[in-house]
Amino acid sequence: MATSLHTPAVPSRSLFDPAIVRVALVSALLKLNPRDQIRNPVLFVVFVVSLLATLLFAHALLGRGEARAGFIGWIALWLWFTVLFANFAEAMAEGRGKAQAASLRRARRDVKARKLHEPRRDGRSELVEGSALRKGDIVLVEAGEVIPGDGEIIEGVASVNESAITGESAPVIREAGGDRSAVTGGTTVLSDWIILRIAANPGQTFLDRMIALVEGAKRQKTPNEIALDILLAKLTIIFLLACATLLPYSIYAAAQAKAADPNSVAAPVTVTVLLALLVCLIPTTIGGLLSAIRIAGMDRLVQANVIATSGRAVEAAGDVDVLLLDKTGTITLGNRQASQFHPVDGASAEELADAAQLASLADETPEGRSIVVLAKKYSLRERNMHDLGASFTPFSAQTRMSGVSVNGREIRKGAADAIDAYVTRMGARPSEQARVIVNEVSKRGSTPLVVADGKGRTLGIIELKDIVKGGIAERFAEMRRMGIKTVMITGDNPVTAAAIAAEAGVDDFLAQATPENKLDLIRKYQQGGRLVAMTGDGTNDAPALAQADVAVAMNTGTQAAKEAGNMVDLDSNPTKLIEVVQIGKQLLMTRGSLTTFSIANDVAKYFAIIPVAFAATYPQLDALNIMRLNPATGILSAVIFNALIIVALIPLALRGVKYRPVEASVLLRNNLLVYGVGGLIVPFIGIKLIDLALNVL
Amino acid sequence: MTLPGIVQLALYLAVLLALVKPLGWFMARVYTGKPCGLDRVLGPFERLFYRVSGVDSKAEMSWKEYAKAVLVFSALGLFSVYGLQRGQALLPLNPQALGAITPDSSFNTSVSFVTNTNWQGYGGEVTMSYLSQMLALGTQNFVSAATGMAVLVALIRGLSRRSAFTIGNFWVDLTRSTLYILLPLSCILALALVSQGVVQSLKPSQTVSLVQPILFEQSRGDQGEATHTVRVTEQVLPLGPAASQIAIKQLGTNGGGFFNVNSAHPFENPTPFSNFLEVLAILLIPAALCWTFGEMIGDRRQGWAVLAAMTAIFTVLLLACTWAESAANPAITAFGVDSTFGAAGNMEGKEVRFGIANSALWATATTAASNGSVNAMHDSFTPLSGLVPMWLMQLGEVVFGGVGCGLYGMLMFVIVAVFIAGLMVGRTPEYLGKKIEPFEMKMAALAVLMPCALVLLGTAVAVVVPQGQTTSNPGAHGFSQILYAFSSASNNNGSAFAGLSANTPFYNTALGVCMFLSRFWLIVPVLAIAGSLASKKGVPATAGTLPTHTPVFIGMLICVVIIVGALTFVPALALGPIVEQLQLQGH
Repeated sequence: MATSLHTPAVPSRSLFDPAIVRVALVSALLKLNPRDQIRNPVLFVVFVVSLLATLLFAHALLGRGEARAGFIGWIALWLWFTVLFANFAEAMAEGRGKAQAASLRRARRDVKARKLHEPRRDGRSELVEGSALRKGDIVLVEAGEVIPGDGEIIEGVASVNESAITGESAPVIREAGGDRSAVTGGTTVLSDWIILRIAANPGQTFLDRMIALVEGAKRQKTPNEIALDILLAKLTIIFLLACATLLPYSIYAAAQAKAADPNSVAAPVTVTVLLALLVCLIPTTIGGLLSAIRIAGMDRLVQANVIATSGRAVEAAGDVDVLLLDKTGTITLGNRQASQFHPVDGASAEELADAAQLASLADETPEGRSIVVLAKKYSLRERNMHDLGASFTPFSAQTRMSGVSVNGREIRKGAADAIDAYVTRMGARPSEQARVIVNEVSKRGSTPLVVADGKGRTLGIIELKDIVKGGIAERFAEMRRMGIKTVMITGDNPVTAAAIAAEAGVDDFLAQATPENKLDLIRKYQQGGRLVAMTGDGTNDAPALAQADVAVAMNTGTQAAKEAGNMVDLDSNPTKLIEVVQIGKQLLMTRGSLTTFSIANDVAKYFAIIPVAFAATYPQLDALNIMRLNPATGILSAVIFNALIIVALIPLALRGVKYRPVEASVLLRNNLLVYGVGGLIVPFIGIKLIDLALNVL
Repeated sequence: MTLPGIVQLALYLAVLLALVKPLGWFMARVYTGKPCGLDRVLGPFERLFYRVSGVDSKAEMSWKEYAKAVLVFSALGLFSVYGLQRGQALLPLNPQALGAITPDSSFNTSVSFVTNTNWQGYGGEVTMSYLSQMLALGTQNFVSAATGMAVLVALIRGLSRRSAFTIGNFWVDLTRSTLYILLPLSCILALALVSQGVVQSLKPSQTVSLVQPILFEQSRGDQGEATHTVRVTEQVLPLGPAASQIAIKQLGTNGGGFFNVNSAHPFENPTPFSNFLEVLAILLIPAALCWTFGEMIGDRRQGWAVLAAMTAIFTVLLLACTWAESAANPAITAFGVDSTFGAAGNMEGKEVRFGIANSALWATATTAASNGSVNAMHDSFTPLSGLVPMWLMQLGEVVFGGVGCGLYGMLMFVIVAVFIAGLMVGRTPEYLGKKIEPFEMKMAALAVLMPCALVLLGTAVAVVVPQGQTTSNPGAHGFSQILYAFSSASNNNGSAFAGLSANTPFYNTALGVCMFLSRFWLIVPVLAIAGSLASKKGVPATAGTLPTHTPVFIGMLICVVIIVGALTFVPALALGPIVEQLQLQGH
């Protein structure tokens, strides 16, 4: 564990940043306030026990103590250290969170906002404080100004620098309508102007939520934390009873020894020893590190540039069984490229290329542009729509076609079934040859776009090739080992989808996805008891995002999508979901492993304390002193170990137990070996070493 | 340890494990209402019984209704057993003309039998009329066992049902447990025991002439050293309906003997073969229920896993106990007493016809299961082997445990183990596809906490108050006797360390309260968990799901059981059997 101190998980901030440590030391003392302590039942017991030990020490100083004042004093001191170390662990985690929050807060400079009375650029306006804006207010932001709050663009288009939030310095385009209309407060408009409708009241913006989250202001415990708290409370009660009843047992034993032999020196165990035993036995290690683990888990999420609305969502991420992934941008490179023209029914390749280019001239999608580029290979020059006097028919979800009308000639391109319907409507029969080629193209995992003209003549097929991202198949194999099923969501037809699914190595796919069947799919999995995670950005993703158990909205997405999800990815990286799952798992694993470690430690502590505690009544019990501890220092050594182990484990609590994507059974075996068996052995060595050190001093 | 001893222990385990599957299969069919063969003969009786008592056998109960039925039924049992004891002098079938039993003893005994503890503060043949034995105690031997089985079956339903609101019908489970499982097995066992010479009669005790008179010296009491010779020519042979009582006492993990010295009595356990049958009967149903559990949840591996964990703990402790008993008592050898006697091991308090291995086996089995019957005096065991039965009880009676209650107790530990292990693999813990959430954790914690608290607090009170000082030995052994009594009562075992005079108002009351609380305090949370789990959706297993049938998990479960048991009681044990053993060795 000591070596790991030098390899911080976050390159930007060392684990023991001196500035954070200084603040944490002070706040560890401030946290001695009983009102803070009572929140953690295990530590509250230690707190009360320390107070009792201090009273016993004072009593001993007056010369009427149950044992040497020095002994009681040392024990009391180290009991206080136990409390302080646990406070320090929590303060360290909070400090790291606060540092992050401070840098976020810098982005929340208070700015003046130009509040509009009507949504027009030249409308009447007044200057107000950014912090005074309410949900629904309309504001105008011009180039060079800071956006005063989260909102949705209702008019205009602008390039925006979002580095304050994402750390990414390249500007992004934000525009009214569509899926890129949301902007975040604290970001800066670089060019042009926008009118936006404010979407959050003061104190509820993303930035506020993010700051609250990292600062741990929201201390709502997750169900898993509550269940663990119950377990720890139960262990604490058991040990409290075991130690408290030891006093009458010991008085009885001493009385019996005295009755048998009047010269016996038998004396009952001292209260100080019982207090030391109690603190050593109750799960102080995990109890002291619990809040640090939670805060550090949130911190890791924020470092991955994801905001969660609750800690519950993060833990749910660890439980995810099904991952719904959009094909485009996640599994394949964002854009499909036109790779080939397949003319049919006697049309020439040039004729098809010409028609395809015409139909795509006004199509500003990357696919449309790639068709124009491919057509150039047929020595067709790029032409200008306006020169041709053409009118463009944009793609719509209903017709699922786009096209152009030029010189009375209609050209349409679109999905095979949409074009078939179009051709039939024009009074012709769908091309048989086209159907065959469409199938072939689909089977290759490419997307066929059929081109037809207004006479109902099918000219041919444009083959759009999907490029699967490198390394994605390995990641999916990893997910499978973790027990997570991956499902690809695509608007493609089933044949194309199957080919890409096979190439990418996903477990299943949903072809020809619509918002409705996406929602149905999620419900179906959930009815089967599975936990579903998905990413989304569009407004039509919102119902599915709201239904999914873990829903990561892209920051570039619409306000509706962001509100429906329970996390927002500031980097808008669809594969981030995989990282979120790992962070959730790591959070739970760290808790489980340290609980195991904490409980396993108790075995050694018994061997350290019991023989010494009853030595006066039953000297034979010294046979149990297998560590051969000095009877004068053995108990103190165990108490010191118990306190120091908290500090020693802070780095582990902050960084989290390492997660490797392997089967649960392997994970369990590995963690049991390290934290269970390790937890049995380490204290034997640690207590012995401390005892040796105490005797040298 | 001798080779024949080890062979006997191995044979015992082999026969026990061989019977697990057939009996477990049969019980699963009984509880799922499938044809089991016996229903063709007994089915009409079952239906008649429902008709007469007005039970709608198709009606399902929520966990709260189920718990209410269990509690009401047990309360009725409690009052009837108490009444029969108090009024026994006025009632028939009392050939010895035994008087009414004291209120505190009656309270203790009625709680004891209704809670399936069968702690006996009284001497059977000189206290209980035949009617009390048969109607009060005999009935409870059946129905308290059947209640435990019913609660277990309800919990299994909770684990196997998906999005359900009910966990079965208590009256049906109770009836079927008794009619199809306990009654037929008891009949078979009782007949086998009669064939070995166990008495079964309604005649009063018989006075017979001895073949050879016995002469012994007896002090004259108030006249100092003076003695007079007593000549004994007659002997009283106790009789009664013993075989039938013993069969269910063993099978139902009850343990309340017909005679005071329980199965050490030659009329209760006459031969090595009857001994084998009786000790087999102790663990038979608890072990087989593991298979029933696996069968009913549709994953037999889970049943085997729990059985493996139980068997592993049992085997290790059995060997430890046998080994410690096989060593001669150094205090006795020090006197130069017959070395061959020493070589045979610690024979004090044992029946010669059973010897070391069978006495140690019985002691381990009877405390592993919450049986509590004895065939040797545990008080005379060496401290280390006395520690084994005491500790087995302190583990919470989950290593096999009582019929039904052992397995549901073990499943509470499984929930705790699953919780820690589940976190360690990075998922919300789940068992058999059911998520373990704060509610389950709270209930499991309550269930595990109560017996521990009762043992610790009960012992603490007893060592402080003067009424508790009725031990037969001073020092560490006296402390062990008190600790043993509370470990036994608070875990519904009923085994006694003898030595302690427990038929006093203090112990009758204190132990009665412990028995009552630990039984019913446990049943309610267990049923609450059953209800909560039944209402959950199932989570299908994936590679990310924690497997609960692997050796790693079995090992983890064993550790949780042992660590929770050991860590709680190590300090107390250190002041009792551990230091006693160290003192003995230092002798």
